[in-house]
Amino acid sequence: MEEQNMMQRFDDYVADNKKIEPKDWMPDAYRKTLIRQISQHAHSEIVGMLPEGNWITRAPSLKRKAILLAKVQDEAGHGLYLYSAAETLGVERDELLEELHDGRAKYSSIFNYPTINWADIGAIGWLVDGAAIMNQVPLCKCSYGPYARAMVRVCKEESFHQRQGFQIMLNMAKGTPEQKQMAQDALNRWWWPSLMMFGPTDANSPHSAQSMKWKIKLFSNDELRQRFIDMTVPQAEVLGLTIPDPDLKWNEERGHYDFGEINWDEFYNVIKGNGPCNKQRIETRRKAYDNGAWVREAAVAHAEKRAARRNETAAA
Amino acid sequence: MSKKNWPLFEVFIRSRQGLSHKHVGSLHAADARMAIENARDVYTRRMEGESIWVVPAEAITASSPDEKDALYTPADDKVYRHPTFYDLPDEVKHM
Amino acid sequence: MTQEQKFEYLLRLGDNALILGQRLGEWCGHGPALEEDIALTNISLDLIGQARSILTYAGELEGKGRDEDKLAFFRDAHDFRNVLLVEQPNGHFGDTIARQFLYDHFAWLLFNELMQSSDEQVAAIAAKSIKEVTYHRRHSSEWIIRLGDGTEESHAKIQQSINDLWMYTGELYTPDALDEAAHAAGIAPDLTKLADYWHENVHGVLKQATLDIPEDGWMQKGGKQGIHSEHLGFMLAEMQHIPRAYPDAQW
Repeated sequence: MEEQNMMQRFDDYVADNKKIEPKDWMPDAYRKTLIRQISQHAHSEIVGMLPEGNWITRAPSLKRKAILLAKVQDEAGHGLYLYSAAETLGVERDELLEELHDGRAKYSSIFNYPTINWADIGAIGWLVDGAAIMNQVPLCKCSYGPYARAMVRVCKEESFHQRQGFQIMLNMAKGTPEQKQMAQDALNRWWWPSLMMFGPTDANSPHSAQSMKWKIKLFSNDELRQRFIDMTVPQAEVLGLTIPDPDLKWNEERGHYDFGEINWDEFYNVIKGNGPCNKQRIETRRKAYDNGAWVREAAVAHAEKRAARRNETAAA
Repeated sequence: MSKKNWPLFEVFIRSRQGLSHKHVGSLHAADARMAIENARDVYTRRMEGESIWVVPAEAITASSPDEKDALYTPADDKVYRHPTFYDLPDEVKHM
Repeated sequence: MTQEQKFEYLLRLGDNALILGQRLGEWCGHGPALEEDIALTNISLDLIGQARSILTYAGELEGKGRDEDKLAFFRDAHDFRNVLLVEQPNGHFGDTIARQFLYDHFAWLLFNELMQSSDEQVAAIAAKSIKEVTYHRRHSSEWIIRLGDGTEESHAKIQQSINDLWMYTGELYTPDALDEAAHAAGIAPDLTKLADYWHENVHGVLKQATLDIPEDGWMQKGGKQGIHSEHLGFMLAEMQHIPRAYPDAQW
């Protein structure tokens, strides 16, 4: 089939909400964009393990410790599902990891902020996972089969993450004065970065139109951000905490909350590498990978020896 | 030593006795034994399965999407393979 | 066996699981491969789960209103009854695997016997835990074999890890008066009997891994009586600091 016909068939498929599968013909740009998007998403999961992971040893009860362990473990799982989805497009996980380690690849900037009190674990579950779910649920219907299927798994597992976070916030907001103060402090620090998770404004999001046409992005950044705010404000009221935005108020006419200006200067700087923890996060990931090299090599060497011995026995 | 990565395995899980194994995803492992263990940890954390198959991804031969028409459309006009093709008199309640 | 003795015996079981689970939790996010990260976390979760049920039962038995968290977060090092082996630092992956391997083989034998404990609760906890421990033992043994019979580098590393940790193994299977009392009461098995099996099983795996079996030389002990290495204090400082800083808070 000629390229033009194949392109036509691809476009029709996507327009009909049919899934593209790994061996189907797809335009190069679609493949490249998907690899970038899925791997960024995978990187976000495994870098995202770090700010929460550093509280596992300090969780204030054994129940919380177990929940947090299970949650951070899920994130490793999500990273794994997503790397696997990316691999169906013809890249290897190790190549993708290399891009992460040498700074070529991006990941969600939110994980470049520090977790400095226990309520941060609550705020991350409630706000960061809440925002992530907002972003991810539509992707369960995206046009690329393996990505959509991975997202179904991720979303199914993600729902407990937000609840456990909200429960931490609730216990603290209704707890001692010190606990309430910690909860408010966490909300103050995580609110704006959470809004930034939806990406630049639609006006400043150059690739969005193409991605939406390809159905690997189903709602615009501003749409999802608004949805997140509308959903979260009443939850903050339940907690009795104050969202750090003096301009936040219900707009009867729009049927949405109006909110203040996001500090885009900060957003772009954190992306560029100037966030509080960018260097530390990448350094930690790289160290884990490098320190594990001898282990991975040994496992391969052993597998080879074993296979060779099997062959010998078979030949004898 | 040349850099060698763990090969990719495809994972199939039977969620309960009586069902067939279903593809759930993939993972990396040095060998099949490790792949089974990893699959247990990665894909059955929430009691999703009771039997696991792992297959080296490179051992799978897949049909090509270009052959879709040749392979599958010939079945389109063989409607007599489906029970609904046959009209039964109303008196026959179950068959 | 007095209630007090029984309580202390339960602390030994619970603290082993708690401290080892806490140690493994440090690995989360730092494993040599994503798949292994998930595996180590699973084991850690199992151990924390075991610790919770054992410590809860210990607290009930003691009858002073201490629950799992009171016992985990409000005791000092000298009140912990875990063996020295489980509090040893993670080191590199081989050190962690060696520690796990030596412990898993003991835990597997112990829990197998504890299923027949005259104490129904202990028997029930053991019956649940044995499934987990069986998997842990398989996981760590496989890694011992992979690393031992892998590359030259991995062989040397894991041999060193085994050698370094060997002096902490005697405490696992050498009974003291409390172990003997627990055995006499039908609560726990005769440790000296387990010792032979432990050696046999551990030696078998080490041989398969082409590793040398260290001599049973001088053995460190004291953890079971509350005399710990320097490491435990730091671990507890980290683990306990929030509940201790805010003792009235619920989390």
